[in-house]
Amino acid sequence: MEHKLLLLGDEAIAQGAIDAGLSGIYAYPGTPSTEITEYVQRSKEAREKNIRSEWSANEKTAMETALGMSYAGKRAMACMKHVGLNVAADPFINSAITGAHGGLIVVSADDPSMHSSQNEQDSRFYGKFAMIPILEPSNQQEAYDMVHYGFNFSEKMKIPVLLRITTRLAHSRAGIKRNISKEQNKGGLHDNLKQFILLPAIARKQYKDLLNKQPEFEKASEESSFNKYIAGEDKKLGIIACGIANNYLMENYPDRKVPYPVLKICQYPFPKKIIEKIYDECDEILVLEDGYPLVEELLKGLLDKGKKIKGRLDGTIPRDGELNPNIVATALGKDFTKGNEIPEFIAGRPPSLCHGCSHNDTFLALNEAMSDYSKGRVFSDIGCYTLSALKPLESINSCVDMGASITMAIGASEGGLVPSVATIGDSTFAHSGITGLLDAVNNKSPITILILDNLTVAMTGGQKSSAFGKIEDICLGVGVEKEHIHIIKPLIKYHEENVKIIKEELVYNGVSVIIPRRECVQTLNKRMRAKHKIKTI
Amino acid sequence: MKKDIILAGVGGQGILSIAAIIGTAAVNAGLFLKQAEVHGMSQRGGDVQSHLRLSSEEIASDLIPGGKTDLIVSVEPMESLRYLPMLSPDGWLITNTEPFVNIPNYPDINKVISEIEAFPRHIALNAEHIAKDLGSVRSANIVMLGASSPFLDLDYNFLEDAIRNIFQNKGEELVKINIDAFKAGLKFSEENK
Repeated sequence: MEHKLLLLGDEAIAQGAIDAGLSGIYAYPGTPSTEITEYVQRSKEAREKNIRSEWSANEKTAMETALGMSYAGKRAMACMKHVGLNVAADPFINSAITGAHGGLIVVSADDPSMHSSQNEQDSRFYGKFAMIPILEPSNQQEAYDMVHYGFNFSEKMKIPVLLRITTRLAHSRAGIKRNISKEQNKGGLHDNLKQFILLPAIARKQYKDLLNKQPEFEKASEESSFNKYIAGEDKKLGIIACGIANNYLMENYPDRKVPYPVLKICQYPFPKKIIEKIYDECDEILVLEDGYPLVEELLKGLLDKGKKIKGRLDGTIPRDGELNPNIVATALGKDFTKGNEIPEFIAGRPPSLCHGCSHNDTFLALNEAMSDYSKGRVFSDIGCYTLSALKPLESINSCVDMGASITMAIGASEGGLVPSVATIGDSTFAHSGITGLLDAVNNKSPITILILDNLTVAMTGGQKSSAFGKIEDICLGVGVEKEHIHIIKPLIKYHEENVKIIKEELVYNGVSVIIPRRECVQTLNKRMRAKHKIKTI
Repeated sequence: MKKDIILAGVGGQGILSIAAIIGTAAVNAGLFLKQAEVHGMSQRGGDVQSHLRLSSEEIASDLIPGGKTDLIVSVEPMESLRYLPMLSPDGWLITNTEPFVNIPNYPDINKVISEIEAFPRHIALNAEHIAKDLGSVRSANIVMLGASSPFLDLDYNFLEDAIRNIFQNKGEELVKINIDAFKAGLKFSEENK
């Protein structure tokens, strides 16, 4: 049997990139995208090839740096979770106008059902918005193959390509056949050195170029081997299945023979001619998409006066959440076996802060310090510490996006809620908290900011935080007064002392920063195990 | 050959190691495999599961359809019952009986155990005790792997090689402990099937 590598979807993308002549990968950790960059970081091959793979401060800097490498003629990849693409949206949308030189792939990993996210936005809309080609693999092998294809296509069309995956593919393993490995580009500048200067006069021309490329993108989709029309006898129904939805469809037909015509879409813009064929020959159309109803909505049109289109909008499929084989079975009117019910006494087991976590001791102190004030004053952020919203701590009142704790606290204080408190992790602070802190200093806002420094990016598995060892200097540099910066040790034995410091800063009419600093217990354990070579897995 | 398995437990209990061993064995046995894991927030002490699918034919879905699972292998008793709707009418429930209590409303353990014992096709063993007797309480997950092995349709040698493969860079001693843990689980199942 041919040798196959057993890889997660994320890892297949990474191996694909290494084999396709990648020179640099740029990313900020975020579930479910983290393992792409981690794989490159761990890969011996990538090290030998000198592929650059350090973490970036956030998705925007990652996207811009990747664009810079493309400018220099080399193949670059920027990876992020779906909400990270919001952060990177400015350079992402504009990179469609500048175009690419060295191959440029942007990977966005969506999280339908919000397994580990605050929304389930569908990145395909971003690709369509930017008017660039989108690749959406249905399985791990396609994820691998699409990286090769994507880099070639990006260089041929001089355009960034969006690779969209969802959690299920990102975190599911299967055997991968590798392609031949390609050397990295030598690098060198583009002939047109004005291409990347988006002054209005140049941008208008560049934008026209982008518009003129659209028919070629569409033609590529129509000819793409990733998009497939499969004939079926029964024309009562035609099925359009996008990306991973294909697998759930096929799972319902053990012999893999679907009686209806099927159109598998894994490359966009829409292959209009093939869509027209299936639309014309079938009585009704069922659209299966793991995400928002993008194809469905366009096919239905505003007035929905054409054929019956079934999917998420008419209730054939639930409007939200991840697809699975049973949802697709129901949409096809097929019966499926059900197991026993879950016994009623089974309790839910939500995630919780680890035993010995520093955040727990910080929030116990904060809760006590806040007990003199009315409720609803603690703004928080994205990270493990968001779990302090749950019982028994119930400490925080917001979690919106990376960095929003500080800025929301400023706004709330200006709205009369004095004092307001922000709690933000060390890496989230580095990612998007610094500019908010500058606003607070310039406003002289009466807020107290707790920068929870556990010396790592804990939630995603212990990556290096880009503010490591720099937090006090950053705060001083931004202009926080020295006497209102405190470093505390979040341990129960210092509880009284910590409560006192927080209380004193809460009454200060200006910006205070308190840095509870203690290493994440997960990274500590990992470090200790490595040190003492305790033989465990 | 086709086996659909749900591995269940609490974040940090080592179900991904079980998955990695079965996965390696299956690939070496020339089978197709898909294995969906849980990463991210749920790993922090929450309930976690992995869908592991082995087949001699190519596999379509990364997720097992509800009611089609051949085997639930759980490292925690209450967690084994959470996935009953996924289990096929002739599927097996294989679980550790040692509870992992990190929630205030954990149900009465006797109730959990009687529910498991009332299930017609089950194997229930205290993997913690067995692992502890062998000298490494952290090998409880491998005891559970051993207990599930008679139901996997995988040759013993492929599984033992996979254990060696996974633990080899952690030293020969640990390889031996885990192979013993595996054999102890296997023995229990064969005697109690």
